[in-house]
Amino acid sequence: MTLKLGIFYFLAAFTVWAAAVVVLGKNIVRAAVALIFGFCGMAALYVLLDAEFLAAVQVLIYVGGITILLLFAIMLTSRIGATTARVVNDQVILSAMAAVGLLVGLIYASTSGIPAMSGPPRLPETTPFLGRALLTTYALPFEAVSVLLLAAMVGAIILARKE
Amino acid sequence: MIPLSHYLILGGIIFSLGVFGALTRRNAIAILMSIELMLNGVNLNFIAFARYLPQTMLQGQVFAIFVITVAAAEAVVGLAIVLGLYRNFKTVNVDEINLMKW
Repeated sequence: MTLKLGIFYFLAAFTVWAAAVVVLGKNIVRAAVALIFGFCGMAALYVLLDAEFLAAVQVLIYVGGITILLLFAIMLTSRIGATTARVVNDQVILSAMAAVGLLVGLIYASTSGIPAMSGPPRLPETTPFLGRALLTTYALPFEAVSVLLLAAMVGAIILARKE
Repeated sequence: MIPLSHYLILGGIIFSLGVFGALTRRNAIAILMSIELMLNGVNLNFIAFARYLPQTMLQGQVFAIFVITVAAAEAVVGLAIVLGLYRNFKTVNVDEINLMKW
């Protein structure tokens, strides 16, 4: 049990470090690479939470899809390796106050607002369960999300096409 | 077993970092990356609740799948808009673009 807690703290520190590099880093390419590490740390946390399928989906879609797309967009729009003088706008102090206030509220709510829950000692196989749930209970949202993906694809093609 | 609040606090930290980035970064692509961070923090909370709720039916994991799908759609459309902006303005810094701004 202590080993599991140690692994959790290591992964949490790793993920928060990566997220901080994404948000505060001066070089946009470096921020994107840090985002890859952050997503991998997240996937490891999902494994720790008995969500193996979602960990695989996280790696496939976020690391393999979205981050590569972001890197493509970075390469198409800015000079690689350029560290701009200012990465933040004029609202830094106000935004920092808002973010810290939000964080304090969230920590207060998660420590005192929610009763301690333990759940079942070990979840049964989640992947077959998820597949069955997606095609029975959640069939309508599943189809709606499919239409959304199609619409997003068509929209992106139209937006990015040269006139 | 790791207490549930640990996961919730970690999700909150990542969400707040994402909020800060989305509010302050000048590069539009960096703003999109911050939004992905926020969605990930929310996903962590969903999956933690799916694990810790008694008699869970894995609703949290199903919702996380939908969140990931919507995040992918959002990233695709957002990046297409960023490319269109770059084509018209030769910059992706949002504070230098005053189209549709008051």
